[in-house]
Amino acid sequence: MPDLGLDVLWKGSNLLRLLGGLGVALRISLIAVVISIPLGLLLGTLMTGKNVILKFILKLYLEFIRIMPQLVLLFMVFFGSTRMFGWQPSGELSAIIVFTLWGAAEMSDLVRGALISIPVHQYESSEALGLTKVQTYCYVVIPQTVRRLIPLSINLITRMIKTTSLILMIGVVEMIKVAQQIIEANRTTSPNAAFGIYLVIFLLYFLACWPISLLAKYLERKWR
Amino acid sequence: MNWEYIQKYLPMYEKAAILTLKLGVIGILFAVLIGLFCAVILYYKVPVVKRIVAAYIELSRNTPLLVQLFFIYYGLPKIGIATNAEACGIAGLAFLGGSYMAESFRSGFEAVDKIQEESAASLGMNSYQTMRYVILPQAVSVSVPGFLANVIFLLKETSVFSAISLMDLMFTAKDLIGLYYKTTESLILLVGFYLLLLLPVSLLGMWVERRVRYAGFGT
Amino acid sequence: MEETILTVKHLKKEYEDKTILNDVDLAVKKGEVVVIIGPSGCGKSTLLRCMNGLEKTQSGSIKLREEAIEAGSGNLVQIRQKIGMVFQNYELFPHLTVLDNILLAPTKVQKRDKKDVKAEALKLLERVGLKDKAGSYPRQLSGGQKQRVAIVRALCMNPEILLFDEVTAALDPEMVREVLDVMLELARQKRTMVIVTHEMQFARAVADRVLFIDQGKIMEEGTPEEVLEHPKKERTQQFLNIFQFEKVQERKIS
Repeated sequence: MPDLGLDVLWKGSNLLRLLGGLGVALRISLIAVVISIPLGLLLGTLMTGKNVILKFILKLYLEFIRIMPQLVLLFMVFFGSTRMFGWQPSGELSAIIVFTLWGAAEMSDLVRGALISIPVHQYESSEALGLTKVQTYCYVVIPQTVRRLIPLSINLITRMIKTTSLILMIGVVEMIKVAQQIIEANRTTSPNAAFGIYLVIFLLYFLACWPISLLAKYLERKWR
Repeated sequence: MNWEYIQKYLPMYEKAAILTLKLGVIGILFAVLIGLFCAVILYYKVPVVKRIVAAYIELSRNTPLLVQLFFIYYGLPKIGIATNAEACGIAGLAFLGGSYMAESFRSGFEAVDKIQEESAASLGMNSYQTMRYVILPQAVSVSVPGFLANVIFLLKETSVFSAISLMDLMFTAKDLIGLYYKTTESLILLVGFYLLLLLPVSLLGMWVERRVRYAGFGT
Repeated sequence: MEETILTVKHLKKEYEDKTILNDVDLAVKKGEVVVIIGPSGCGKSTLLRCMNGLEKTQSGSIKLREEAIEAGSGNLVQIRQKIGMVFQNYELFPHLTVLDNILLAPTKVQKRDKKDVKAEALKLLERVGLKDKAGSYPRQLSGGQKQRVAIVRALCMNPEILLFDEVTAALDPEMVREVLDVMLELARQKRTMVIVTHEMQFARAVADRVLFIDQGKIMEEGTPEEVLEHPKKERTQQFLNIFQFEKVQERKIS
């Protein structure tokens, strides 16, 4: 059995430090998701509205955010803010800003997709039954939309968690950064630590995301 | 805004964009092959292999590319599997993209009616011919919108390549910001080049989606 | 005495402890047109699908001349080339043009020369009045047109026997005729055919022999006159009454 460098994990508080790094990532994603879901609901509903100019501007903005790599957005906020506004946000704050904007854009697209997927005759038959517009939305449209949306929004959480790995690149101390520190500190005593530690990080990310994916899949199947 | 600076460093960005594009295209090609392979395995429900494929898909979809890259680039050499940075980038992208491609091809396969298989069988086709001439062409064309969405997603994901010291667009931008403090110009070039890479695919995707949704074969 | 092409002996088919076909015997002679009628769920479509090896059977045998037809067996690919089947929902390949739909199996499976098959295909298409549709895609055709293409596709394999599985059931009424006309023409050419249908008038016109199946068994068989005009069994009479009733209603309305 070759040395897989797993022993480093049990030295001192190394495993706890790694988990702490994961905690930072999870905290950032949680905050971003909590803000971006209502924001996305609002934007998505506006996108199905009638105001053409508003829709055009929104579309331009949302598509820009969705097409840019999230890392580019992180750079824009982290490095660009100082130049543009004379204000230097911390890495963590930049991450929250970017992931919220990105999450809201993705969410708005999901909302729009769910709303336009409700067939026109659902509206028509509700009207034919004498329901008012508000009643149509409350009893017919929203319940159907929500069923389609919940699995997709849960999936957005896993995407968010995976994306938080990027904050390493703007110097936030998260799991990979901690890993680098641990590997560096044990360079001489445990030269193979890179294998074991990165394997553990890989698995930790998997363990964080997989149950959420399973839940999303389960709900999707149940409500199809 | 400093135009001189932009002109001076444009060639560096060009080189970086070409690297991004090159690694992206090769990685995506491998991802397509892996994805097709997995989708076919899942379609035929090949025993044992289908479980391995399913496990791979879950592992690949539920971990970030950055972590996959770090494991391949820094971890694997410790057990004797060493790669250079470019090969590692391609391998990582293929590992990640394979599962996404597999999922969109799989939904393509699901969209093909089961009785098409019987129809082909009743004409005396064997299972290879049925797959090759009847199922695959239909499945692939149904998966085109999903495929293009994956291409965009994977090209975007290449932005983390700089973490394993590949001199891509992100690397160049960060380097220049660090060296010359020309933040605005560097960021504008960065955004511009990514738009150049991604916008055509995105527009193609929108066009194809509209065609697929409203038409189909023969219009 | 004409030679027997297809033989079904003591065929039994079960699905999840339900008996679908129970001890079915049938022999189809060369040039004969056999029509199978019966209530829905009686097993008539299943019998047809068994004849093409699309269903697993539990006991009994089906033979095309001397070759056994069995789902999952190795020679199935060979045998199916000699059996043409037309489905209720046409099952044309949506990604191929009409002509390519027809050419696919003869060129890829039988490895015949493309030029020859194409000439034959166009001739057959002309016969069914669809020569100008050769370059169209299935979705551009009406249901009746699609079904006629599906028949040509089966014919182009030069099968020894043709199976038709409720081929007009999914069609709008005004399109039924054009498909049945093609089948009548095939009967005139002395093609061997087994037809599952609900069109009683058509059955009378086309059949050499009619089989009434109920609850997985052949209840009655004979010439169209015998079975359709003077059924011996009460069950057959009951089934036929359903169609009689419809006719009375029609007369009253008009």
